[in-house]
Amino acid sequence: MMAPTSYGEPVTRDQEVRPLAVLGAGVMGAGITALLLGHRRPVVLVDTDASRLDRVRAEVSRHLRLARLMGALPREGADGELVTSTAPDAMAGAAAVIEAVTEETAAKAKALSDAAAATAPGTPLVSNTSSIPIDELARGMGRPEDLVGVHFMNPPYLIATVEVVQGPRTAPAAMAAVRGLLADLGRRAVVVGDGPGFVTSRILHRMINDAARIVAEGRASAEDVDTLLQDCLGHRTGPLRTADLIGLDNLVDSLRVLHERTGDDGCRPCDLLLDKVRAGDLGRKSGRGFYDYLEARP
Amino acid sequence: MTTSSDRAESRAAAPPDIEKDLRTFLEVRTKNPIGPDDDLAAAGVSSLFVMELVTYMESTYGIVIAGPDLMMENFRTVRAMVALVERLAATGPGGPG
Repeated sequence: MMAPTSYGEPVTRDQEVRPLAVLGAGVMGAGITALLLGHRRPVVLVDTDASRLDRVRAEVSRHLRLARLMGALPREGADGELVTSTAPDAMAGAAAVIEAVTEETAAKAKALSDAAAATAPGTPLVSNTSSIPIDELARGMGRPEDLVGVHFMNPPYLIATVEVVQGPRTAPAAMAAVRGLLADLGRRAVVVGDGPGFVTSRILHRMINDAARIVAEGRASAEDVDTLLQDCLGHRTGPLRTADLIGLDNLVDSLRVLHERTGDDGCRPCDLLLDKVRAGDLGRKSGRGFYDYLEARP
Repeated sequence: MTTSSDRAESRAAAPPDIEKDLRTFLEVRTKNPIGPDDDLAAAGVSSLFVMELVTYMESTYGIVIAGPDLMMENFRTVRAMVALVERLAATGPGGPG
């Protein structure tokens, strides 16, 4: 801790020690929070649902332990401090805001507007959207120039490469700030152009939808689809295991985003996915999706 | 206190008991026989499952697995896990001594 200077402000009170704000305490919000804390950054985690905030601490600490187990986070030093809040005002003073709420345009637009209102101009506002075009989110908010898309994969601390989306209104300063932040977090940024699903979701979500259709047709089991994609085509986990990791509800939301904007029928969420979501089988996070996950059950 | 009495029990447990206990836990979950030197990664044990093992070992043997001990190397085989439990149960959270 540095002593205050004669001006009364500690000299270390710069970008490094200001907290980062995370909006949304779901699967991605918790994983991103762990990534930030594990890189020694203090975090303010905001969610409108207080009960979710009650549960998220245990989840974040599980993520941190898993990340350490895998050697994915620095071992020296102490984790950043986590503060949770239901009030958007808690984001004030944040060095950057990372929005990770439900993959619905209205929910994300509202969260980003709150973030823009609560923080100073020039504070980078990051959306972790997997599919919604950045410029569409920028349209309804103040300071569209500060908005950058950063699509973290799940779990964010294990997958070091991130898809970064520069919207047509994103300012170079915001891009530079986000690149700097990602470098500090040990992430490799691949910058791509704006548009539904960017690069990864446009390819992956459509493929997952097709994989689910194949299972529904009875042509192959989920295991066999994944085994073929892994062992013949070099996919790391197989599309349906990936779907379970993403969360089938999120996947359906993203497919709808893609279908509405592209008209591509391959992106219309298939019946098997919709049935599973209705039944509450959301993948790893609920204990069952295309596979059973004993270890994820409470 | 519950934790200290748990620890006392774990200290009393002979190594073969820890080994047998861990092998049973793994065999039930992986539905495969597991030898003390079998490579668990080769037996299909994922990192998420190892996290579950960490939780099980902490609550069963009254130890805390943290810091440099929390690495995959310590969970590669049943024998490695037994060694970890013995070392942590001997020192305890109060430090060496």
